[in-house]
Amino acid sequence: MTIKARVTVTLKNGVLDPQGKAIEGALGTLGFGGVNSVRQGKVFDVEIDGSDKDKAEAELKAMCEKLLANTVIENYSVAIV
Amino acid sequence: MKTAVVLLPGLNRDRDMIAALTKISGKAPVTAWQTDTEIPDVDLIVIPGGFSYGDYLRCGAIAARTPVLRAVAEKAAKGVMVMGVCNGFQILLEAGLLPGALMRNASLKFVCREVKLSVANANTAFTRNYPPGQVIRCPVAHHDGNYFADPETLKRIEGEGQVVFRYAEGTNPNGSVNDIAGIVNDAGNVLGLMPHPENLIEPAHGGSDGRALFEGVLAAERRAA
Repeated sequence: MTIKARVTVTLKNGVLDPQGKAIEGALGTLGFGGVNSVRQGKVFDVEIDGSDKDKAEAELKAMCEKLLANTVIENYSVAIV
Repeated sequence: MKTAVVLLPGLNRDRDMIAALTKISGKAPVTAWQTDTEIPDVDLIVIPGGFSYGDYLRCGAIAARTPVLRAVAEKAAKGVMVMGVCNGFQILLEAGLLPGALMRNASLKFVCREVKLSVANANTAFTRNYPPGQVIRCPVAHHDGNYFADPETLKRIEGEGQVVFRYAEGTNPNGSVNDIAGIVNDAGNVLGLMPHPENLIEPAHGGSDGRALFEGVLAAERRAA
């Protein structure tokens, strides 16, 4: 059995995101109006051996705390898919 | 005076750092590779600049989880002097040895130029050879040097004098909060800074403003020994 999960890492509120700002500007240049904000983040699709979803979720959260996110500037969420 | 330089794949300022340490301490540093679990007894450990592990995930993130960095953390906890320059600074932050984070430059551009630095705290082992408030020249070369810390952390490090170098005279190249260019940990034995003092230590470099930093920390250790 393989459990598939998606980890999403986003910048915390209040942390400036110059890349998001640049993307926001580029969308405006392409003619997309009314875009108030763009925040760039990361997505990790992870496959883990096993069938215990609770255990997998706990493991993924530990991975986020230890490596996948820098909790000084980033939030994370884990979804089993 | 014994020094060590940490080597990781993707670092590219290690030779400059080894040359500077050799010139100033009179002895070539020992080197520690990524898989080393122990670092010999030295007075100063330096993590040089570059792009360890291709800056994958976040600058310094992979390097911070290597065996050699665990060895650096153990030495730092025992009071050994540790200095991280540029990518070395990013690695020390990712390893949790210094507070805060370094983000993409506000301009989104890689900056490679000379800046002015003011010595914000001359009362550390690293800055003792500079007069307080002295403004020095120093080169920078980075894409992710935009220092960030949450307001509480920022208040604490400012209050404790942990900010030791600031970009001066309007030369902040990356948008760092409070013009922060370099900080020390609360014990004062771990320094991280974005600029490259190892590239300005002799007249052939066009100046020697960075030399006092190395002389300060090396002399400090000589006195203690």
